[in-house]
Amino acid sequence: MTELRQEEIEAVLERPEERRRTAMSALRGKRLPVLITASLFVAMIVAGSFRYQYDNFLSGQVLLNLLIDNGYLVVAAVGATFVILTGGIDLSIGSIIGFTTMLTAWLVSKEHWPALLVIVLALAVGAAAGALMGAVIHYFEIQPFIVTLAGLFLFRGLCLVINKESISVNDRILTDMAEVQIPLPGGTHLSIGAVSAIVVLLIAMYVLHLTRFGRQVYALGGGEQSSLLMGLPVARTKIGVYTISGFCSALAGLLFLFYTQAGDPLHGLGLELDAIAAVVIGGTLLSGGTGYVLGSLLGVLVLGLVRTIISFEGTLSPWWARIFVGVLLLVFILLQRLFGARVSKEPA
Amino acid sequence: MTKNRFFWPVLVLLGLVALNLAKNGFSFLTIHLTHGHLYGPLVSIAIYAAPLVLVSLGMTVVIATGGIDLSVGAVVAVAGALACLHVSVQHDENSVAGTLVAVAMALGAALVLGRWNGFLVSRVGIQPIVATLILMVAGRGVAQLITNGQTITLNSRTYSFIDGGFLLGVPFSVLIAAAVVGLTALLIRRTALGLLIESVGGNPVASRLVGINARRIKWMVYTFSGLCAGIAGLMISSQVTAADSNNAGMFIELDAILAVVIGGTSLMGGRFSLGGTVLGAVIIQTLTTTIYSIGVPTQSTMVFKAVVVIIVCLIQSPAFRAKVFRRRRTLGPPPPGQLAQPAPVQPAAVEVPQP
Repeated sequence: MTELRQEEIEAVLERPEERRRTAMSALRGKRLPVLITASLFVAMIVAGSFRYQYDNFLSGQVLLNLLIDNGYLVVAAVGATFVILTGGIDLSIGSIIGFTTMLTAWLVSKEHWPALLVIVLALAVGAAAGALMGAVIHYFEIQPFIVTLAGLFLFRGLCLVINKESISVNDRILTDMAEVQIPLPGGTHLSIGAVSAIVVLLIAMYVLHLTRFGRQVYALGGGEQSSLLMGLPVARTKIGVYTISGFCSALAGLLFLFYTQAGDPLHGLGLELDAIAAVVIGGTLLSGGTGYVLGSLLGVLVLGLVRTIISFEGTLSPWWARIFVGVLLLVFILLQRLFGARVSKEPA
Repeated sequence: MTKNRFFWPVLVLLGLVALNLAKNGFSFLTIHLTHGHLYGPLVSIAIYAAPLVLVSLGMTVVIATGGIDLSVGAVVAVAGALACLHVSVQHDENSVAGTLVAVAMALGAALVLGRWNGFLVSRVGIQPIVATLILMVAGRGVAQLITNGQTITLNSRTYSFIDGGFLLGVPFSVLIAAAVVGLTALLIRRTALGLLIESVGGNPVASRLVGINARRIKWMVYTFSGLCAGIAGLMISSQVTAADSNNAGMFIELDAILAVVIGGTSLMGGRFSLGGTVLGAVIIQTLTTTIYSIGVPTQSTMVFKAVVVIIVCLIQSPAFRAKVFRRRRTLGPPPPGQLAQPAPVQPAAVEVPQP
């Protein structure tokens, strides 16, 4: 077989029919679930703006508040995306968030350590916890569900060991950081939490799509056996994604601490499920291999929008939010199955 | 003997019992008969373990088909909420008829919720984690809706019989659990059902080629899991004669999955062990009781539980045992068990020789 030279390949791609075909496959292929999520998000906003015309629903600040209020969840969902892309799962996200808030609040408020040192320490502890879980999962071949479940119990327990009740933050640096308002055109503003979430998202997008590590993550999700046979560094990739998830959980914990100004052993209870729901709504398959972090951002925004809409309704009791989130999850999954990416594996 | 898959779980159980004996002496093992009822620490463990045994039972068959059921906690809450709501609006909270209707309502709802899960997984083809996650989130909302966010407290001797009553000296809830376990074991092991379930989870492709109706099997196991969760929900709400929709059944799905794993069933599906699951549930309950009885401060109970669970799972993992208790490598080929990769076997393309 004659090998195509570089010039021949480029000549083919320059042809207008080829470019149109690649554009169509972008719509049909893996991008479709994210586009569905995005269009449903826009549809919800439009519906909300018609219904709550007089309540300033469509004002810029209400929409930006979505990001401000849920910045920590965006960071957690980004970390969860990395793990889920490799076909794993991380149930310890919420507990590491709670543990980070307790550890930081305790060290800063009770032991009077310098705030910046504690922040660095908390991030390091989160990353180390993730790395440890990843190592156990890989080298001892135990299911990620079980290992991260044990991590959930362990870190939730450690929260209680630090203190049974909440510890409020009385450090100037932490309090000031929480109140910073970054002004945007139009009189709106963003918080440090929201900006961090966007920064983390951009870094994650860069890593996943433009670095070798990102390729390895997708490959591992596509098939561990194949990756091994191809010679990819499976151990490093696997431990790497759990380390990233642990780091993101710790960062999310810090952002949550800024938001609530207190460490509480119950913080983050059940948050891993919100993160996983956001990732799933965002179009990432739980079997791994396909998905975009941008989808996870949209997933978090959709969840936040549901809560905003419920608060705008005013008359509904809070547990309706739970029911709506469940229904929404169902709708998104059904739509993804109808239009979504072709899955070559057998469904679980 | 160490190759027997029950070896390590039984060892852990004996270790926990030994801890209790060391701390509290032989009174831990004594059972006495008072007013025609059996009492004792072991009996208490059995009573508290009964709901978990039931939920774990349902979880076992679901996991055996390669799925998982995260919604059992929500079903427990809904069942308890419905039953307590019905009894609370009766004129006489002690009426047997009222309680029976409440039980029927709760079990009916649990069956419907289980069927819904089965529908999503088998007909619509959604991944089990996601399908049951939907009910886990929405179901708890429904339970809170039923009780309006409050805790419904009852004052019914009849209703509290479900968990607190005794029949022929044995606690009623233990009898129910034993009956369900016995019936299930009979159905599964004496008929082809067990084989079909193991086959659907162990090798979906081969099962389909052999002609097994995986859809019906999956539908059945999720309905069964819902039913078990409903019975457990009745027991749990009867234990406190109240329905707390916010907290009832919280985390029970995690305990159930742990019990199944400790009992030796793989999360990937396939071969399962009902006896192992019962053993696993008893271990988890004994662990909880041991933690309290040996005086671990309440703050550290969760960490203690996490450490024991980690140890059990590590010991059960063959890779861990191989790496830590490294045996001297022989020059011959390694034993076949160690090479077995749990990868799904694709049916090989067979070349039919042309005549």
